[in-house]
Amino acid sequence: MSILCVDDVSLAFGGLEVLCDVSFEVNEGEIFAIIGPNGAGKTSVLNIISGFYRPKKGTVFFKGADIGHLTPDKRAAQGMSRTFQNIALYHGMSVLDNIKLGAHSHLKTGLMGGLWYWGAAHREEMALRKKIEEDIIDFLEIETIRKQPVGSLAYGLQKRVELARALAMRPEILLMDEPVAGMNAEETEDMARFILDIKEEHNITIVLIEHDMQMIMDISDQVLVLNFGQKLTCGTPDEVQKHPEVIKAYLGREKNQ
Amino acid sequence: MYIGDFKETYASDQAVFVNTTSRFWLGVLFVLLAVFPFVVGDYLLFMANLIGITIIGAVGLNILTGCAGQISLGHAAFIGVGGYTAAILSSRFNMPFLLCLPLSGCMSAAFGIIVGGPSLRLKGMYLCIATLSAQLILEFVFVHWESMTGGIRGINISPPQIFGVVLDNDFKFYFLTVTLVIICVTAARNLFRTRVGRAFIAIRDRDISAELMGISLLRYKTYAFAVSSFMAGLSGCLWVNFLKTVTPEHFPLLESVRYLAMIIVGGMGSILGSIFGAVFMTVVPEGIKSILGLLVSVFPNAMSFLFPLQQVIFGLLIVIFLVFEPHGLAEIWRRIKNYFHLWPFDH
Repeated sequence: MSILCVDDVSLAFGGLEVLCDVSFEVNEGEIFAIIGPNGAGKTSVLNIISGFYRPKKGTVFFKGADIGHLTPDKRAAQGMSRTFQNIALYHGMSVLDNIKLGAHSHLKTGLMGGLWYWGAAHREEMALRKKIEEDIIDFLEIETIRKQPVGSLAYGLQKRVELARALAMRPEILLMDEPVAGMNAEETEDMARFILDIKEEHNITIVLIEHDMQMIMDISDQVLVLNFGQKLTCGTPDEVQKHPEVIKAYLGREKNQ
Repeated sequence: MYIGDFKETYASDQAVFVNTTSRFWLGVLFVLLAVFPFVVGDYLLFMANLIGITIIGAVGLNILTGCAGQISLGHAAFIGVGGYTAAILSSRFNMPFLLCLPLSGCMSAAFGIIVGGPSLRLKGMYLCIATLSAQLILEFVFVHWESMTGGIRGINISPPQIFGVVLDNDFKFYFLTVTLVIICVTAARNLFRTRVGRAFIAIRDRDISAELMGISLLRYKTYAFAVSSFMAGLSGCLWVNFLKTVTPEHFPLLESVRYLAMIIVGGMGSILGSIFGAVFMTVVPEGIKSILGLLVSVFPNAMSFLFPLQQVIFGLLIVIFLVFEPHGLAEIWRRIKNYFHLWPFDH
């Protein structure tokens, strides 16, 4: 069953066509990868899904409902969460606070409750802490850094904290923009394992953008290939690897062809 | 130093005062605050009230600028709105002080929300200019709406009364000020233990990703302006009741700048920093003045150039501070605390 459906979406910035009639469906519980050369419009697709860009044409269906009119925060509240290509953590906060921030739309404390704190707000904070510690910090193995300011962490750990924050949103679908970019082999392996665990243990659908072909082909169920804002093909990793258009876009044509 | 400081519950791990030592020092602080008015003279009591009123204003501005990242050059005008509301309510409607206080806060908060409206579109320097114009407009209104504000002559009011006690001297007023400071500081600190405070910091650090995390920018920027100017209003109401008069020259643009300097010197985004900043900006000019006063008594002829020097020295002090300690007094305090946590060992 499809949880997310991007239907005939086009996007332009002025005269620059960024996406042109892109359609695809993401099935529930799968890992869906978007690949393509630089500037193909991969991040723009994620930005349209999360509501940061408004498409010129076409719309996005999430869990069967049209969400084209919703602002990013409303979409987040419906169970959509996101990590970024350039880590978008809040450097002024500790790791723990960053993760807690992910749970924002599941909390209820209002302004007055926050100023007073004792009572409901306190209980809510304690329940949140317990849940984060047991479900996320333990799962991603970041116990030792929970009190550190984010700015002082190594790159690979920051990526992991960002993933933790996205998980704290308790999403049904997780959008990841280049989760292993700039990581060494070991960190990439760790991250791939976490992504698979998220899919299997937490039953979260994952849409990811990545340039690491080996990882993509290893873990994803479906791969969408974009080039210059056009959809080249979409299918299983094996199908995509053999597709002549993909070979042309990535490797160029052989001389004698 | 810390020994055997283990946490067994999440509640104790997330407490503001995490161990017996810090709770002990908090107790000491409360005792000192309670004893203070009985042992010092009128001048120090006057200064204490002044500092307390300034702290409330500075905490308000730090929530908005330091924590939520919305620069405001209109803070003095918001304090003024609170002050004028208090003066008008008590002089015209004979409203009791305990009603005036929250009402002046609410009136300021309403103005804050209106002025904060553009912050959804404007960032950084541009918002700064928008708040600057609010400051200038409100200042103009204070001076020229004579039927309401009394123009340049201002409004005189009688001393406030709480439960039959007339707060007609600095000694009695001190207890009111301290109570309100404690309430405001506690409320501000509490706010940053919940999702509201975290949302403010998220908006300051990266507003785009904050929105994608499910934080409504409209709502939380409005909250930040409302809380900040509510506290400004309280501060204004106290200030006017303390001086028993209100005139436009109490709330000039320079005062807004002074508040900004306060939170920068104290430490942006730190509640404790606002307290340090308020104390620094109130006490240091007085200290310089008294030192220069001593010099003048030794060299009577030096008067003419020593007194203008006050501002220069004060300005220099601030610059030196910013160069050597950009994170403000709160950071120095943190370092001192850490040193004693480890003392007598180095690591």
